[in-house]
Amino acid sequence: MKLLNQSLKYLSISILGIVTVWSVVFYMNMLNEIKSSIDEGLENYKRLIIQNAQVDATILTKTYFDESFFTLRKIAAEEALNMRDSYIDTEIYMQDADDQAPEPEPVRMLTTAFEYNGQYYELKVANSMVEEDDLINELFWDVVWLYILLIAGIMVVNNIVLKKLWKPFYDFLKELKNYRLGSTQKLPETNTQTREFLDLQQAVNTLLQHSLAAFEQQKEFIGNASHELQTPLAMVTNKLELLLESSDLKQAEAEKIAAIFQIIERLVLLNQSLLLLSKIDNKQFFDNQQVSINEVVQQNRLELEELATFKALNITVTESEVLKVTIDPTLADILVANLLKNALFHNIKNGRVNISLSKDSLRLCNTGVSQPLESEKLFSRFHKTDSRSSGTGLGLSIVKAIADLYGFTIAYHFEKGEHVFEVKFSSL
Amino acid sequence: MKILVIEDEIDLQQSIKESLVKEDYLVETASDYHSAIEKVFVYQYDCILLDIMLPHGSGLDILDELKQAGKTENIIIISARNSLDDKLKGLELGADDYLTKPFHLAELNARVKAVLRRKNLAGENGIAFKNTRLDISERLFFVNGQNISLNRKEFDILYYFLLNKKRLVTKTGLAEHVWGDNSDQADNLDFVYYQIKNLRKKLQDAQAEIEIESVYGIGYKLMEK
Repeated sequence: MKLLNQSLKYLSISILGIVTVWSVVFYMNMLNEIKSSIDEGLENYKRLIIQNAQVDATILTKTYFDESFFTLRKIAAEEALNMRDSYIDTEIYMQDADDQAPEPEPVRMLTTAFEYNGQYYELKVANSMVEEDDLINELFWDVVWLYILLIAGIMVVNNIVLKKLWKPFYDFLKELKNYRLGSTQKLPETNTQTREFLDLQQAVNTLLQHSLAAFEQQKEFIGNASHELQTPLAMVTNKLELLLESSDLKQAEAEKIAAIFQIIERLVLLNQSLLLLSKIDNKQFFDNQQVSINEVVQQNRLELEELATFKALNITVTESEVLKVTIDPTLADILVANLLKNALFHNIKNGRVNISLSKDSLRLCNTGVSQPLESEKLFSRFHKTDSRSSGTGLGLSIVKAIADLYGFTIAYHFEKGEHVFEVKFSSL
Repeated sequence: MKILVIEDEIDLQQSIKESLVKEDYLVETASDYHSAIEKVFVYQYDCILLDIMLPHGSGLDILDELKQAGKTENIIIISARNSLDDKLKGLELGADDYLTKPFHLAELNARVKAVLRRKNLAGENGIAFKNTRLDISERLFFVNGQNISLNRKEFDILYYFLLNKKRLVTKTGLAEHVWGDNSDQADNLDFVYYQIKNLRKKLQDAQAEIEIESVYGIGYKLMEK
């Protein structure tokens, strides 16, 4: 979720809360205000009635509500003396313009008592009140409109102002995404006066400079490690070669030395593969250019043709389209060669290898052992399906490392008795 | 032919020397930057094998100085660093070839001979051994003046053997040289065996006075009968 939408999410939730609480409080206050204003009116009305009763005694006989909205009732002195003025909300049957028949409408009623000529009367004065459900309804829609307006306003402000404010950030992010350690010369920077962004830029660039230094150091270390390991290996190999050339060796001794020699050769190969793997992992190949995978496939096929003939394998290539990929040519060659060799070496006599190329994928199907391989372990380092094999178990890991480097996907499945390896070049 | 080996690892230096002496070259050695510079500027060599990492200096600096002094020796860099940068830099500075450690002695032989041939045998393009002759530019093979047809790989193999007469050629070294491949898959070595078998048969049928001997199951030697 984008920052813009996130802030909108939190704002709309909190504004919803604030508006809800506010409208409840507002409603209560308004209702109280209305009631106290009606109560004052009722008080005034009461006084007028009592005053009028002094003049016109007929008023005292009015025992039901009519147009003048009050009633009088004789009561005992005791009752009257205990009575206090009380205001209550109640309902009286009334008929207004939009009513068919009289129906209960809310009223505010003042109940009080007074004394006239030694006789006590109970006086009830009523006044019509706002209908609360109407009020709530009205208020509710007002609040909903207010809420919608607020959110719309915030969205507009967000889109215009925030987008403008965050622009340096997004620019910086874009530069950072395109940054490649060791190959991009310029450190990412953005044109801004905002302090946070300047701080971010500085922090990122400091980090990048550290990484760059570490990267250089690592590159140097790999170079040195390769030197340190390869030189002793060279010494051993060459000494053994000279030893094996000397004519005064006994057969049994020579065979033992030959065995050691073969072990050393495996060590050499292992070291070379590991170096290659670490170089790929350290992204030290980035001479990217447009490479036609079709050509790489054809070339590798030519290289391995005699071996295929020797193993009586039938290699077919189906090219439905030209597959062009932006990749380091050396790595493209290693990728294809390793996959093809894998298909040849783990094959059976009179087997088949089919290579098909489409617009964005390379697919190799080959015959081999009749069970599916363990696809999750297949690309892991030093995994060998056959312990007798003298390979390093690094071939497919190298393929995987190259695929990972460029964001290609590589998958294995077993289909109709054939092993299928597929590389999809559409980078993510 | 005089060759200078500049290499700081004495064991390796001695192995290289021993191998080159077997090929009847006059070999001198240097183990650090200063002695190398001294020898390079005092004597004349036909070929210099140069390690990049040296005590007191870099092999690339030696190359640079040679270039500035206008000396055009044949130089093969032998280095453990197979970093492309170094390789390009070395070749740019005038090195003739670049060999990554560890290497097979047979491969070193082949490279040295190739470099020397480019310089000294400009017109001549053949290697003769007993009653056989290999024409390199035409890619033809003759036994007693008779053309024997060889396929592409057989020719490459025989060429490699002729560059390493009477020397041990390991199966892996052969596979690496001829197929440019460094995987030691058993299949690959079986294939080497199969090619050698065909080649032996052709040599025998043509009554060549040379033969390919097996060496303890790890390689071969080209010998006269």
